[in-house]
Amino acid sequence: MSATTTTTVLPGQHVPAQHVNLKLGPGLLQHSDASTSASPSIIATRAGTLHHSANRAKWWVESNSRRYIPAPQESVIGIIVQKAGEGFRVDIGSAHPASLDGLAFEGATKRNRPNLKIGNLIYARVSLAHKDMEPELECFDAQTRKAEGFGELKGGFMVRCSLAMCRRCVLSALSSYLNYENSNSLDPTYFSWQRSLLDSTHFLLPLLGARFPLEAAVGVNGRVWVNAKDTREVIGIARCIEAVDPDGDGGGMDEGGVVELLRTLGL
Amino acid sequence: MRPPSPSIPEKEFLFTALKQSLRLDGRLPLELRTPILSFGPELGWVECALGKTRVIAHVDAKMVKPPPERPFEGIITIHSEISPMASSEYEIGRPSEEEITITRMLDKVLKRSDAVDKESLCILAGQRVWHLRLTLHCLADAGNMLDCACLAGIVALKHFRRPDVEVIGDEVTVHPPSERAPIPLSMHHTPFCLTFAFFSAPDTAPVLDPSQLEQRLSAGLMSVALNAQRELCVVQKLGGVPLSMDEVLRIVNVAVEKAKELDQLVDARLKEDWLGRNVELI
Repeated sequence: MSATTTTTVLPGQHVPAQHVNLKLGPGLLQHSDASTSASPSIIATRAGTLHHSANRAKWWVESNSRRYIPAPQESVIGIIVQKAGEGFRVDIGSAHPASLDGLAFEGATKRNRPNLKIGNLIYARVSLAHKDMEPELECFDAQTRKAEGFGELKGGFMVRCSLAMCRRCVLSALSSYLNYENSNSLDPTYFSWQRSLLDSTHFLLPLLGARFPLEAAVGVNGRVWVNAKDTREVIGIARCIEAVDPDGDGGGMDEGGVVELLRTLGL
Repeated sequence: MRPPSPSIPEKEFLFTALKQSLRLDGRLPLELRTPILSFGPELGWVECALGKTRVIAHVDAKMVKPPPERPFEGIITIHSEISPMASSEYEIGRPSEEEITITRMLDKVLKRSDAVDKESLCILAGQRVWHLRLTLHCLADAGNMLDCACLAGIVALKHFRRPDVEVIGDEVTVHPPSERAPIPLSMHHTPFCLTFAFFSAPDTAPVLDPSQLEQRLSAGLMSVALNAQRELCVVQKLGGVPLSMDEVLRIVNVAVEKAKELDQLVDARLKEDWLGRNVELI
C-alpha cells in the first residue's frame, strides 16, 4: 500500500479528504449539505481503516465484510443464474443479482452473441453500481473495449475466500505476478485495474506460480478462479488460499507456513 | 434469497477430484473433520465446530408439573434455531425441507433415542419433574450442520449438571450449587450422528462429513446415528441413489469406528473441562 496511514474510521465519521481531482473509493461518500455553502464534506459509510494514495487523490476504506457491495470498475466473478431476454442475470454475491447484457462482450453483435449457459462462470467488470439500482456488468475493458481476460471462465475451480483476503492479499499479488508470467506455459493471469490501486506485494500467487504453471482470476467479490494442469495442484491452490485467508481455517498463515503446507501436499 | 446452485466448473471439478478420491480440504473420503468443543462458563453450554460449521448448544432446567399421562417422567424439549445467520439458504418463517429434516433428525437422535434417563428427572411423582430445555443455535453452515448440531446437543447434555434436590415428604428443597455439588444427568448412552454423501457417478466412493459444496452436489445423503457400543439408533436416507445392502452395512461399520473415536474425544474433552473447573463442594 502506498503511503498509507492506519486511521480507523466509523460510519458517519468525517474524512479530511481534499484534492482538486478527488476520487473516492469504497466506503466513502460525498455528503453535500444544502444549508451550508461550504464545500461538500466526505464521510465514511463503513467501519474500517482509511487509506489514501501517495498524492492524496484517491481515498478508500478497507474493511472485511461478509456481503459484497458492488462498486464501479471492480472485477468480479459471477455465476450465470438466468437468461433474461437479450442478456443474463448473474450472481456476484451481492444482495441483488447483476445484469449482463448479451452485447457487453468483445466483438458481440446481434447475430453473434456469446452462448452462455446457466451455471457458467464469468469474469466481468462492474460497469454500473448504484445503491438504488441493480448492478450491471460488462465483459470488456472500459478503455480498449477488448476482452482483456474478461469473459467466460472454462474449467478450473472457483475458490471462495473472505473479501479482505481478495482485496488485500490476492489482488495485490497480481502486480508482482507479472514477473512470473513468462515462466508459465498456460495463459498469464488475468489482470484487473486495481493493480495500480493496491501495489503492495503478496507472496501467495508468485510462490505458487514459481512451482507449477497456473491460471488465476481474482474477483474482488470473494471469489478466486484457479486452474492448473493437475487436480492435485488446483486443490493445493485452494487449500493455500484457505490457509492464508485471515478468516479461514488456517487463520492467516504466513509464507513459511504455506511452503510447509505445499511440502506436505507434495507440490 | 437462496444462493444459486454451484456453478458448472465447481461441479465438474468436484466430481473429477472425487473420482480420484481427492477432497477439496485434503481429507480422505471417510475422514471426519475433527470437532472442536469449547465450553462456556456455565455448565451445559457448549460450542461445537466442525471446520467452519459452528453450533452452540445450551441446556437449562426448570421444575414443572408433569403431564398427567406421564407422571414419572421428566420433559425434554429441543429448540433448534436455524436462522439466515448460518447461511443465506435458510430463511425465517419458511423452513425448507432441509431445515425440517435437521429438526426432525435432532429430535430422533437426542430425544427419542432415550439418551437421557427421563425417569431420573422425576422429583415428586405427578407433582414435580425437571424440564430440560436444549437450545441449539446454528451459527455457521459450512456443510454437515446436522452432525455438528447433534454432537453439540449430546455434549451439552453430558456437560450439564442440575442442582441437587432433597425431598422430605411433600417438601422439595433445591440446593444451590454453593451448598451441594450439582448432579450430572443420568445418561443411558451417547448417540452420535454421522452423515455420508453419495454421488451419482458409479465409480465415486461415498464421503463422510460432507462439506457444503459436497452436500449440495451430492445425489443423496445417509445419516446414521449410533453409539460406541454398536447400538444403532437412527438410519435416515431420504431418496437419492439406490444402495445395496452390502454398501449400507459397510457404511454402518465405518460409522461404528467413527462413533468410538468421537466417544473417546468427547469424554477426554469433558474430563479436561471438568478438571479445569472449580465447582464448590461441601
